[in-house]
Order: sequence, then structure tokens, then C-alpha cells
Amino acid sequence: MNRNSVKQRSNLIDRLVLAPYSVWAVLFIVIPLLFVAYYAFTDTNYCFTFDNISRFFTATSSITDIATGEAKEVHTYLLIFWRSLRLAVISTVICFLMGYPIAYIIARAAPKTQKTIITLVMIPMWMNFLIRTYAWMTILQDTGIFNGFLGLIGLKPVHIIGTEAAVVIGMVYDYFPYMVMPIYSVLAKMDTRLIEAAYDLGCNSTGVLRRVIWPLSLPGVISGTTMVLIPSISTFYISQKLGNGKFYLIGDAIEGQYVANNLHFAAAIALILMLILLVCMAVMQRYAERKAYA
Amino acid sequence: MKTASRIYTAIIMLFLFAPIAILLVFSFNESKSLSVFSGFSLKWYKELFNDSSTLSAVKNTIILALSAAAISTVMGTAAAVGINKLRNKYIRAAMDSVTNIPMTNPDIITGISLMLMFVFVGRLFGSATSLNFWTMLIAHITFCLPYVILQVLPKLQQMDKSLPEAAMDLGCTPLSAFIKVVIPEIMPGIITGLIMAFTLSLDDFVISYFTVGNDFQTLPIRIYNMTKKTVTPKMYALATLIFFTILSLLLLSNLSDSSEAKPKRRRKDR
Repeated sequence: MNRNSVKQRSNLIDRLVLAPYSVWAVLFIVIPLLFVAYYAFTDTNYCFTFDNISRFFTATSSITDIATGEAKEVHTYLLIFWRSLRLAVISTVICFLMGYPIAYIIARAAPKTQKTIITLVMIPMWMNFLIRTYAWMTILQDTGIFNGFLGLIGLKPVHIIGTEAAVVIGMVYDYFPYMVMPIYSVLAKMDTRLIEAAYDLGCNSTGVLRRVIWPLSLPGVISGTTMVLIPSISTFYISQKLGNGKFYLIGDAIEGQYVANNLHFAAAIALILMLILLVCMAVMQRYAERKAYA
Repeated sequence: MKTASRIYTAIIMLFLFAPIAILLVFSFNESKSLSVFSGFSLKWYKELFNDSSTLSAVKNTIILALSAAAISTVMGTAAAVGINKLRNKYIRAAMDSVTNIPMTNPDIITGISLMLMFVFVGRLFGSATSLNFWTMLIAHITFCLPYVILQVLPKLQQMDKSLPEAAMDLGCTPLSAFIKVVIPEIMPGIITGLIMAFTLSLDDFVISYFTVGNDFQTLPIRIYNMTKKTVTPKMYALATLIFFTILSLLLLSNLSDSSEAKPKRRRKDR
């Protein structure tokens, strides 16, 4: 066998090994997304229509204002989308505020302690997410452990379950490790000599944090943010259990249409959600790149 | 500062483990109450082991996770080898972005998109129920693949390119060079990918929810159906068992890590 034919066979193998995945990716990643668009723009007879998309933007329902007691007309799905976005952003910010310090503390600890604490942070992630959410439901119930604890220290019980606060607590708890892990891995890899250099050059500790540590940890913060924001914005189990089904989120809307077998409208909501998230991610990516070059 | 960070770590740990601790404690509760502990009992465990649909869900979950992990690891490793060799910039970029889709898209969209396709294709063939074990397996392989590829690809890029070339110069065929030289080099990435795929499949609820058929229930789906109605501490017993399984697996892997690490350190000392 001469060298040339070996090389040719090697090239052929390179192409052959990629073939199964290429076929798979087209069949089960690309085409399904086209089906989302196809269902979103068709009616039950598979005829082209804009109705599903326009329903998302125009459907209204009347709700009673809690403060004034008056009934008012609202855009159903726009309101749901706004609520999902708001709760997801609040949860992401809380995760960040709680997670950044702990990631920093872990990254500065001795190697053995680092490994232990990071494993501890990850253990809840490996517990089934439904069970974790369910545990909070029993804790936050009106007669649950949280209110029992408040009673023990002489405070009045509070009604949490079924409120937005309960949904946020659930999101923060479920997705907290996703914020800590990427920030920790960036901070742990950071060259500590940069921090020492900044101190040597007369920077104070807030200056070091703001000018050295924070910019260098930005990639971790960005990926942590997307890893918390995306599941929070699209969740439906957390809002069903902790919001008592009252806090209808965009995920609930999709799931509800699926259960009701309105596949075309479910696809329309999914398509709109996907496009909005794509824009958000592109903006964040841009911001991260600009920061990195600045 | 040192004490402040200790206290903060303790508070975070309390936040992370209080709910799990409560699950553990109340799984041994004698009464059905999930807020008042009235006495120690193992009856919920007994009830759990008599619940045949939960037990078969455990079995199904493991079968599904093992098959999805095995198939996605083989296909993903092959794909990583192929992607690594791609010279065309545009094909490479297209490949990378398609691989990113299942990781960046919300699970609910991956689930809905696959479900829509399965339902449509099922209707073409005139069947009423198009979702079954196979649709779920396809879905699981699909969301596991990118994670495997992302574990193996960096190992291929770090590998010395002249190693397989040297093997071929010494008379290896491309295939045997791949098996004898490349595979051992990228093995750590393959193993991590396999473990990730297995755990992702084991724990997935959202994508399974949209692609599950009537004939094949996994544990997360079973838990979802159980939490729809009022829950007995039976589910807490299940959570406790899952927790201790994870804990013992972690301890095992830590032990094997440190026993592997020791000889290495000794070698360095010499």
C-alpha cells in the first residue's frame, strides 16, 4: 500500500465518521425547528395562517384589579410574557448576588476545601428537580415548616405559597448551582498575580475587585446568567407547584396548549419565545465581546 | 473577612441543604403530615417498594439513560473526530452552531419541536399515538450529543497531531492508528461525556414530558404524575434513596480519584 492511498482512505474515514451525526443533527435538531415554524403558521388543516401569531399579540382577557376591584381588559399573552421575563430576571439577579460571593470564596479557598464545597453546591443539582421544587412547596405552605419556624421565634405567619415570591424562591433554589459553577471556574483559573500586581501598583481592594477581578470574571457571569435565565423564563413546573397554578408563565402557556392539544398555538408561542431569546443572547454576546476587547 | 466568608458559606449551605434535610427527616415520619413529625417509621419505604409502577419507572429510566448515553457517546465521539478534521471554515461554523442549538434553546422548545415532528410523521403513517420508547430515546440522544461532542473536541485539539501520523508511518492502517493511538489519548473526554450524557438523561423531565408515550414511563415522569395529586411521604422516601445513591457514588469517585492521584504525586517527587 502506498502512502497516497493511505491518505485517501484516511480522508474518507474522516468524512464517514461525521456522517451519522450530520444526518442525526439535520433530522432531529434542524427539521424539528422547521416544524415549529410550520405548525406556528398553519391551522388545524395545515393551511397557511397568521392567526396563531396574531393571537399571541392580540388575545385579551379580563382580570380584576386587586387594588381597585375593577375589572379591566389585558393582553393575555403579552402579560404572561412580561411576567415570565420579570420573574426570570429577578431570580437571575438574586442568583447572581448570592452566587458571586460564594463562587469567589470557593475560588480563594485551599484546593481541598474548594473541591468539597463545589461538590456540596452541585449535590442538589443531581437531585431530581421536581422533588426539589416539591420540597419547597411543603416548606412554604401556610401550615408548613417555614411558618412554624416564624411562630417559634414569635413572628406572625406569612402567606407565601401561591405568590410570586414563592415562584422566585423556587427558581433561585433550582438554578442556583448553574450560576455558581461557571463563575467559580473562571475565578479559579484566574491568574492571582494580576491581583497582586494591582495591589503593588497601589490599587485598594474595591479597585481590585472592580478593575481586575470583575472584568476577568465577566465570561463566567455571562454564561451563568444565560444558564439561569433560560430555564427560569421557560419553566412550567415551578409555577404550577409554587404559584399554585395562579402565576401563569410562558412555559405554562405552552404546556397548557400542548395538554389541550392546540399544537399550532403551542408552536406559535414556542416560536416567539425562541426568537426573543435569540435576540437577547445575541445582545449579551455582543456586550461580552465589546467588554472583552475594551 | 475569614469569619465573614465562613458564615456566608454556612448560610448558603443551609439554604441548599435545608429542603433536602427536611425531605430526609419526613420520609421517616409515622403520619402523613409533612410538617409535624409524630414518630419514626419505615412504612413509607415499605410502601415505596410495593409500588410496582415506581419500580418499573426506575428500571425504565436506567434502560433509557444507558442506551442514550452509549449511543450518544459513540456517535458524538465520531462526530468530534470528524468536526476536528473539517477544513472548510463555513461547514465548521455551521456544524458548531447546529451543535449549540440543543444546549442554548430552552428544554421546552427542544421538547415541543421533537414532539411536533413525531406527531406529524406519525399522522403521515396513520397512527394515532406516535410517541413511544423510541421517540423518547431519540430525544434523549439528541440533547446528550452536544455535551459529548463538547467534552471530546477539546481533547482532540490538545492531542499531538503527529501521533496518529507516526503510527501510520510505522505501518498502522488509519483505523488501527485511530483505535490504538487516538482513542486512548481522548479517553478522559469520552468518559466525562458518557457520564454527563447518562446523568442528563437520568434527570431530564421537560423534554421527556413532551416525547413520552403511554407505554414507557421514566422516573421524573412518574414523580410528575405523583405530585399532581396529594403526595404521601412515599415520594420523600424515594428522594432520600436518590440522595444517598448520589452521595455514595460521589464518595466512591472521590476515593478512586485520591487513590489514583497518590501514585502520580509520588512519581513527581522522584
